[in-house]
Parts: sequence; C-alpha cells; structure tokens
Amino acid sequence: MAILQTEELTYTYSIGTPFEKTAVDHVDLSINEGEMVGVMGHTGSGKSTLIQHFNGLLKGTSGRVLLDGKDIWADKEKIRDVRFQVGLVFQYPEYQIFEETVFKDIAFGPKNMGLDDEEIKRRVYDTAHDIGLREELMERSPFELSGGQKRRVAIAGVMAMEPKVLILDEPTAGLDPAGRDKILGHIKAYHERTKNTILIVSHSMEDIAEFADKILVMNKGKLFCYDETKKVFARSKEITKIGLDVPQVTKVFSELRDRGLDFGKEVYTVGYAKELLLKKLREKENGRIA
Amino acid sequence: MLKDITIGQFFPGDSIIHRLDPRFKIVITLIFIIMLFTGGTFLCLAVGAVYTLMAVLLSGIPMKMFAKSVKPIMPFLVITAVINLLLMNSGDVLWSWKFIKITHDGINTSVFMIIRIVLLIVGSSILTYTTTPITLTDAIEHLLSPLKRLKFPVHELAMMMSIALRFIPTLIEETDKIISAQKARGAEFDTGSFMNRARNMISILVPLFISSFRRADELATAMECRCYHGGEGRTRLRQLKSAPRDYIALFITILFFALVIALGHICK
Repeated sequence: MAILQTEELTYTYSIGTPFEKTAVDHVDLSINEGEMVGVMGHTGSGKSTLIQHFNGLLKGTSGRVLLDGKDIWADKEKIRDVRFQVGLVFQYPEYQIFEETVFKDIAFGPKNMGLDDEEIKRRVYDTAHDIGLREELMERSPFELSGGQKRRVAIAGVMAMEPKVLILDEPTAGLDPAGRDKILGHIKAYHERTKNTILIVSHSMEDIAEFADKILVMNKGKLFCYDETKKVFARSKEITKIGLDVPQVTKVFSELRDRGLDFGKEVYTVGYAKELLLKKLREKENGRIA
Repeated sequence: MLKDITIGQFFPGDSIIHRLDPRFKIVITLIFIIMLFTGGTFLCLAVGAVYTLMAVLLSGIPMKMFAKSVKPIMPFLVITAVINLLLMNSGDVLWSWKFIKITHDGINTSVFMIIRIVLLIVGSSILTYTTTPITLTDAIEHLLSPLKRLKFPVHELAMMMSIALRFIPTLIEETDKIISAQKARGAEFDTGSFMNRARNMISILVPLFISSFRRADELATAMECRCYHGGEGRTRLRQLKSAPRDYIALFITILFFALVIALGHICK
C-alpha cells in the first residue's frame, strides 16, 4: 500500500528574481509501506528539496504530497503531526545537537510530541539501543562524543519519534568506512525490526545496492526513475549519462558482457557476484569432467 | 523564509550604475544623503525625488525590489509621522480633541519626513543593489586609506567587514538549516507558549554559536595557511579604476546638490 505519494509536485524558489529556479519539477511518485528506498541524484538535482516536501518543511509551489492518502497540507495546523510521522534526518545532523546530555537531546523530539516521561524514556533507550549507543553515554554531554557517535545521537533524535517514514539525507557523509558500515548496519536492523518505510539519500552506489529494495533517481529537478534496484542498475548506460555511477561490480559485469561473457542477470552486489562466478566455475569444471 | 532578507543584497545587472566605480558611488551616495537633509522645502525634496527616480530608472532594478527595501521600515515611518503630527503645535489648527491638536504644519512636516526617509532608503539601496558587498568594502578601504597615516587599522577593518559580509548569507543558510532540522523534530517557533518558544530558540542558538566558532577557527587557520599577515604589501586582484563616466555622474550629483542649495536660499 502506498504510504507516501506526490502528485505533480513542483517547487520553484526565488520566484521573480534572477535567481529563480525550479528545483522540483512535476514529480509523480508513490512509495509503498515498508520499502527501503535509496535516493540518488547529482548535486543540485533537487533530491534534498524533494525530501523536505515529504514532512512539510517546504510547501510545493503546485502539486500535492499525500501521506496515507491524505494531503499533508489539508489542515495547516496539523503539519506538526506530519513531521512526527515522517521523520527527516538532515545532512550532518550532529550540527543540530544542543542539549546538555545525550538523553535530553534524543528526548527533544518525543517531548515535543507531548508524550509522558515514562514513554519518552522507553523510546530514548530503545532507539539508543537500535542505533548502538551504549547506556553509559546517555548522561554524557553530546559535545564530548566522537563524530560518529554524535551523528548517531542526532539520528536517534529523529528515530525516537518512531516515525512511519524515516528519511535520512546522506547519513554517512564524512564518516570513515567503519563508522559508515556501523550506521548503515544499525539503520538496516532498525528497518528489519520496525518494518517502517525508510528513504536514504546516498552518493555511494555500493551502499545503495547493498540495502535498497528500490531506487529513486532525480535528475535536474525531474524524477528520472523510481524502480526496483536491479532494474535501475540495469540501465547503467543512462545512469552514467546523467552523471551518476553504478556499483563497481556492475561495471565489471557489464564489461564482461560486452566481451561475450553474459550471465544474463544484473549484478550489483559483491556477494551476488561471487555466487554467480562460483556457479559458473563449477559448471565449467563439471563440463570438463563430463 | 529567512533567505528573502535583503541586507545589502546585490542585484545582478549591467546597467551604467552597476558599472560605476564603487568609490564614486559611495561618495555620490553621501552627497545625495546630505542633499536630502539640506533641502528644507518641498521643492528641494522634489529635486531629490527627480534625482532618485533618474538613478532608479538607470539602474534597471525592478521597482518591486525597492518596495521590498522600504517595507521593513514601515513601522518606523508610521511612528515618525504620528509623532510629528502630534507634537507640531504651530500653524492653523485643523482638528483638536482634548490635548491632541492636529495642525497644518504638523501634516506638512509628517508628509515631508515620510518622503525624505523613503527617498533616503531608496537612494541608498541603489548603492547596495548595484554593488557587490566585496567591491563595496574594497572601495571603503580605499576611501579610508588616508587614515592609515594616523595608524588607524584601515585594512584590518575592511577585512573584518568583508568577512562579516561574506558570512551573512552563510549564517542565514545555516540558521535556516538548523531551524528546519529542529522543526523536523517538532519544535515550534511561532506557536505554543512563551516558555516553550524561548526553549526552542535555544535549540537554534546553541548549534548556531557552536558552528560559528568552528567556522571562525577554520577560517583563521585557512588564512594563516595562505600566509595572511595583514595588509602590508598586499596587492589586489581587482584594481579599482575610474572612468570618465564616474566623473560625469559625480558632476551631475554636485549639480543637483547645488540646485537644492540654491532653491533653499531663494525660497526663504
């Protein structure tokens, strides 16, 4: 069932000045419940602008955004409730941390929801566990933590609102590979536990290939495509043309196909590639024996 | 949104006013301001208005932009008008109620003041709309350079100004981002109880201060890495050069100024 939809969504900023620009151009989109979506797009392709429409931080110049089939702007007073249902984690979210303790900072969102102390406590500890923050960190100042830990505190701050849809804008930007894997792993675990819809904006094709069921590609403000991961990476030539990349391993296999070794399938994760290659090798050996 | 604030916002264009030497533009603006304050009659003001209109038309900047720059001072205009209206007791009394007296002179002064302030704002916004902040500080540094002899830190002052100007958009953007991030966590800034709103302001100010300090630190390091050590012996990428048109513009302005002074004497 579709949880998040857009209809002809368009957003133009600085209308009437020389800086006028259409950042989101007639986007029609329907995201189903429980999906894990990777969002790709060149810098300035409008993906960051687009995701800010999903929780009503921006209001489209024209078109609609539907959450559970209802226009999020139907009642202006209720827009805050939409923000609790569609959690948005910005790029470099650690820059929004302001409380004295980790606990208080994660509790900021739930507190704004007007929950009681018992529930807030449960949510803060649950999400801290989900994102891999040890309990003894909870009473520490968030400013003493390492970069990766700060990032996780900030992500937990949004997760603790237990939104139906969680959107993360480049959650791993600027982290080392270990920190990146850790955060992605925790997000994946959270997804498996809650079955909530998750959108992740990322520039790393490998990461997207690893976790996403579907991929949303933006190009110059327009929706380039929104489809299953393998179908999107099957269009590697077009993807490369709009300045994006496909995973390294997909490139290797596309090159192999050009040279006459066709596996007949789209390969975009290293694990799957290994499986296919081993199978092929085994077939070859068996063929030799027979 | 915060982005719509126009503090010295440059409006790109290629009009004759855009191309004038910024040093001349500053001097011309100063003369213009003095001109507005020397003329004490409506006739003098009319001359100022003609001059302003001419400059506005030449600058090719849409009228809308000027309306935008006048808008924020509307409350100030209203207060000035009301105070003048109430405090001027000379002249024919047109209407009175208890201690309040509205006089002919009062109305005159109010209207006069409003026109004068609007002209002042429109005239000086032409300067900021047609000159990038960086060239503006360059020009100020140039104009103040005689003060160097008196050991006045002109270069440092100009550098501080350009850094401050350079960071206004960055800080606005940063504030915008932080506000959005906190809104995404359900913070309210325009509704809710006073205590709540005050608390929510903290959620903007703390991150903003932290990032400003971090930025300042990084900028200082970056400048030192490029061997910045003050103004001594620095050369410029863009040299300011004056052209005949600058002198013509200055001449026209002085002409208008002279006209205002002359009119002021005659009409007395």
